[in-house]
Amino acid sequence: MSDATRADVCAAAIADAFADDGEVFASPMGLLPMLGVRLAKLTSNPDLVISDGESLFLAGVPPLFAQADVVEGWIPFRKVFDVVAYGKRHVMMGATQVDRHGNQNISAIGDFAQPKRQLLGSRGAPGNTVNNRTSYWVPKHSARVFVERVDIVSGVGPKLAKKAGPAAARFNDIHRVVSNLGVFDVKGADDTLRLLSVHPGVTVDDVREATGFDLEVGADVPTTRAPTLEELVVIREVLDPQGLRFKEVPDAS
Amino acid sequence: MSKGPRDKQMTIDEVVGELEDGMTIGIGGWGPRRKPMALVRAILRSDLTDLTLVSWGGADVGLLVRAGKVRKLVYAFVSLDTVPLEPNFQKARQEGTIPEVVELDEGMFQTGLRAAAQRLPFLPMRAGLGSDVLVNNPWIETVTSPYDDREELVAVPALHLDVALVHLNRADRHGNATYLGPDPYFDDLFAMAADRCYVSVEQVVDTAGLTVDTPVQRLLLSRMMVSGVVETPNGAHFTTCTPDYERDEKFQRAYAAAAGGSDEDWAAFEGRFLSGDEAAYQAAVAAFGEEQA
Repeated sequence: MSDATRADVCAAAIADAFADDGEVFASPMGLLPMLGVRLAKLTSNPDLVISDGESLFLAGVPPLFAQADVVEGWIPFRKVFDVVAYGKRHVMMGATQVDRHGNQNISAIGDFAQPKRQLLGSRGAPGNTVNNRTSYWVPKHSARVFVERVDIVSGVGPKLAKKAGPAAARFNDIHRVVSNLGVFDVKGADDTLRLLSVHPGVTVDDVREATGFDLEVGADVPTTRAPTLEELVVIREVLDPQGLRFKEVPDAS
Repeated sequence: MSKGPRDKQMTIDEVVGELEDGMTIGIGGWGPRRKPMALVRAILRSDLTDLTLVSWGGADVGLLVRAGKVRKLVYAFVSLDTVPLEPNFQKARQEGTIPEVVELDEGMFQTGLRAAAQRLPFLPMRAGLGSDVLVNNPWIETVTSPYDDREELVAVPALHLDVALVHLNRADRHGNATYLGPDPYFDDLFAMAADRCYVSVEQVVDTAGLTVDTPVQRLLLSRMMVSGVVETPNGAHFTTCTPDYERDEKFQRAYAAAAGGSDEDWAAFEGRFLSGDEAAYQAAVAAFGEEQA
């Protein structure tokens, strides 16, 4: 579909990250991840378990920020921690910084003892990344986000997990990083970030320039697939008729 | 005639009278949800100092660190949700005014409370391995499984509390208490991790009234976990206390603007809302609500 916007492409790329997960709890943090997860549930992976982000498992797939219709379960915070340890979960978190080795920071910028900028704190990132599949969403790809080394390791990348021992590496599974420019994994040499595809209208050089480290790039980088007609209808008519996604990814196509 | 269990009803000030400088205090709720804010405000009015706070933090942490009450803070995050970053907490961290900070993964936090509730020195957990939680808290040790797997896991230390402060929807005067909203959070764990737990509630009712219109499974606290009961209507304001009330978003925005603004902005907010007792606070909040309507 040539009339897909960049936000639509991102939503489909996020949906693809959840397509092969089977029957697990998909936990999106933020707007585009929520859109992508719900898109996957309505298309490629109807077995996904989704929540209202508070305490209810939803049987249906409501539009973004709409009230639940049918509820299929109860997932208060205490049970979220049980599911994290159980492992049947794929979380897509935000990231203030992501580094070359797929480590993520949402804690603070600068020195931990007295940060230049205090952020949220580690939240559940340390536990997520050693227990269940974890992906990241970065709406504004820049060298300030994609840094050589994160200031504070909240989310653990594969290299650090291996260094921390088998108990840390056993379930560490950093699956995808999706940004407004492309799709990445951490299967480059020495467990580094690798460019899998560039979104339509983006060049490999655009990505290189907006990345603060030497990114692994294959010989022939494909273009991220365009959303199907069905996906565009679902995004536009069902899940996000108000166009909330453009607040996060302005229309660049 | 049977005597029945004792009456534990107290005033807010009597609860604060039970606290001492240097205590480790756990605060229930979660971020900007069902926080015992009336008790937090009472601590603000007191001379208490040198406190260790243990909290999945929201404005409870922000207010107490801004007031310089906190020597040590144990947290996994501090957030107001709709305002992602808590300005008072941010300011305190960036100015280095909290002498000691312990930042944990949010699941480690639950495990630490659980260890304390079970009177264990630690519980093993995967969370924390490989992350800077262990780098920034080098006193946290790992433990090796004695079984064939030999897995080396985090030995999450017990988060033992001198006192827990929690806010629920209903209680009887003996300390049996129920939450009516979507999530119990971890208030039962806070209660069991502490030597003493004080629960504030929207309404004190007869014991029979606790299960009149809600299932028995919502009775989160048993009286054996509770030392004192305080009736504080609107006592979680400006956090949620579903279904009695939702978060006061307008007030929270005003709080965040003042906290993130100049010293004068904050002084004006304090002067208007935090300089009197709880009744004065609630009156000022009501006046603010009418202004904004």
